[in-house]
Amino acid sequence: MFDRDKWQEIFSTIRKNKTRTVLTGFSVATGIFMLIFLLGAGRGLRNGMTSVFAQDATNSMQIYGGRTTKAYKGTPEGKRIQMVNEDYLGLKKSISKLDVISAMSYIPGAETISYKNNFGNFNVSPVHDTYEKIKNFEILSGRFLNEKDIKENRKVVVIQDVVKDVLFPKETAINKLININNIKFKVVGVFSQQSFDENSRDIYIPITVAQKIFNNNDHLQRISFTLNDISVEESKGVVQQVIYKMADKHGFSKEDKSALWIQNNIENSQTFAALFTAIEMFVWIIGIFTIALGVIGVFNIMMIVVKERTKEIGVRKAIGASPASVIGLILMEAIFITAASGYIGLIAGVGLLEVITQFDLIYKIYPPAAIYFVNPQVDLGIAVGATIVLVVTGALAGFFPARKAARIRPIEALRDE
Amino acid sequence: MIRLQNIHKSYITGTNKLHVLKGIDLHIKEGELVSIMGSSGSGKSTLLNILGLLDNHDDGVYLLNQQEIKAMSETKAAKLRNDLLGFVFQSFNLISFKNAMENVALPLYYKKVARKKRNRMAVEYLDKLGLKDWAEHMPNELSGGQKQRVAIARSIITNPKIILADEPTGALDSKTSIEVMDILKEINASGITVIIVTHENDIAHMTDRIINLKDGRIESIIETRKVNRTESSKIPQ
Repeated sequence: MFDRDKWQEIFSTIRKNKTRTVLTGFSVATGIFMLIFLLGAGRGLRNGMTSVFAQDATNSMQIYGGRTTKAYKGTPEGKRIQMVNEDYLGLKKSISKLDVISAMSYIPGAETISYKNNFGNFNVSPVHDTYEKIKNFEILSGRFLNEKDIKENRKVVVIQDVVKDVLFPKETAINKLININNIKFKVVGVFSQQSFDENSRDIYIPITVAQKIFNNNDHLQRISFTLNDISVEESKGVVQQVIYKMADKHGFSKEDKSALWIQNNIENSQTFAALFTAIEMFVWIIGIFTIALGVIGVFNIMMIVVKERTKEIGVRKAIGASPASVIGLILMEAIFITAASGYIGLIAGVGLLEVITQFDLIYKIYPPAAIYFVNPQVDLGIAVGATIVLVVTGALAGFFPARKAARIRPIEALRDE
Repeated sequence: MIRLQNIHKSYITGTNKLHVLKGIDLHIKEGELVSIMGSSGSGKSTLLNILGLLDNHDDGVYLLNQQEIKAMSETKAAKLRNDLLGFVFQSFNLISFKNAMENVALPLYYKKVARKKRNRMAVEYLDKLGLKDWAEHMPNELSGGQKQRVAIARSIITNPKIILADEPTGALDSKTSIEVMDILKEINASGITVIIVTHENDIAHMTDRIINLKDGRIESIIETRKVNRTESSKIPQ
């Protein structure tokens, strides 16, 4: 196999038949390039979707007040459903398998937040301490809100890293006092978060203090909660349970789909998981077919090669080439072409993915899509595996033509007519 | 050197069975220069193919160099061809993408002779045939006579016992034909058995013995003349 003369023999035939060799190699290189690129793109998509999806705990639900679309007990349609603290307490008691629950109110009016001479407009969300478990935060320093902050109406605040960078560009934020609508809040933590919105700049304060200072009412914008150990079917039951309870309380039809907006992440995450699986399967199917096409291409061209070289092979056999050496000649050529061009395709595929990542091409071409396409890399195992598969199948594709070549009878090959 | 007893060969084409050789008895001694003649369809090429181990005979006994040739593996046949036989063809059958030197060196490749050595030997043999300056040329840059001389160099480089030439002059003009025949005669003079298949009378008459084939049988054998074996050879072994 590592006979230098044999390689020289193969290289000299390859050199003398450049076009044919390049064309064979091109189909193989394209095949592996497509496979690597698709697998990488699939991975990127999955990474992106996962990180986007990860902003909410996958066992969570969120409820928003809506507007009725059905008249109910004398109340005409179009009634706005406003959730209040009582709903939060009611759901906290009644929902089965409840893990944690948090409400969120909202602060009307402009929210100018400042520290010394630094200021900006940030989104201030009053929540319970349990919100930490519903949304996926990464605490960078300090802590999130805690139970005491809620109970004692403390004027404390946790800020997102981007907010920290604006307000405290050169100093630490913890224990500093910032102004929210001219009321001082003490920073207790800095966090980072994944978000659909690239420009999210969030601040969280205790809901209790917010309702007291800014709202003067017990209105809630949403209620979020997580559930323990729950199946998709059970989660649908919980949705029903919530609708029934709220319908009783607020007086709307249980059939009214618009009175409450309920986002069921348990069901969504199952849908997403199924989507990922489908995408991955799709990529593999395309990959397998591309490989198959490459292999058929090599097989086809090697068949032509053997046909074209029938006479030459006949001459070689007449002057003493054994069948094994003829098989070796064709097979090694096939393997060499597949391996070399497979490698080129591999490098090109990995290179393209690398360029996309390095230069942030997705973001440059279509910014909103960038978040769904993160780190599009193919792990080395898949890349090497795919190349080995291609070489092995290339060898198989070369083997049958080679065997055909070995069976060429010199007399038939040398016959002039 | 070659002994044939009652050799039969048939080809099956579809449902037809074509009986090509119908019992050939022949003895060719070492160092002979023999021609096989016959019209097309007489079986002369088939006989040459059997002699050249390029095809199997169906029936009869074939002794080559005291060795009985029966159904044998392709690998073994290839080895015997490489060791004992050299071929010269009507259409030269040079490998088009190899230059003259590489073509001549190819049989040595299958003998596992190192590249440098076989190329050096190839140039030597080309030199003997007056083609040294053409060693780096591709076959399509050579004339018919030059191509046939390259093919002859290729056939003798392994120092075979027998040269089998199938219509070696069939594609050449008469002047070149005579040159090629002179070369073959010189080779023969060096002790190598040469068997030439031809349908040209004048070519056949340059050999020691003419074997006339007709319808798969030997019709007649004509002894022509003896070459002077004492003549010094330009083609050394």
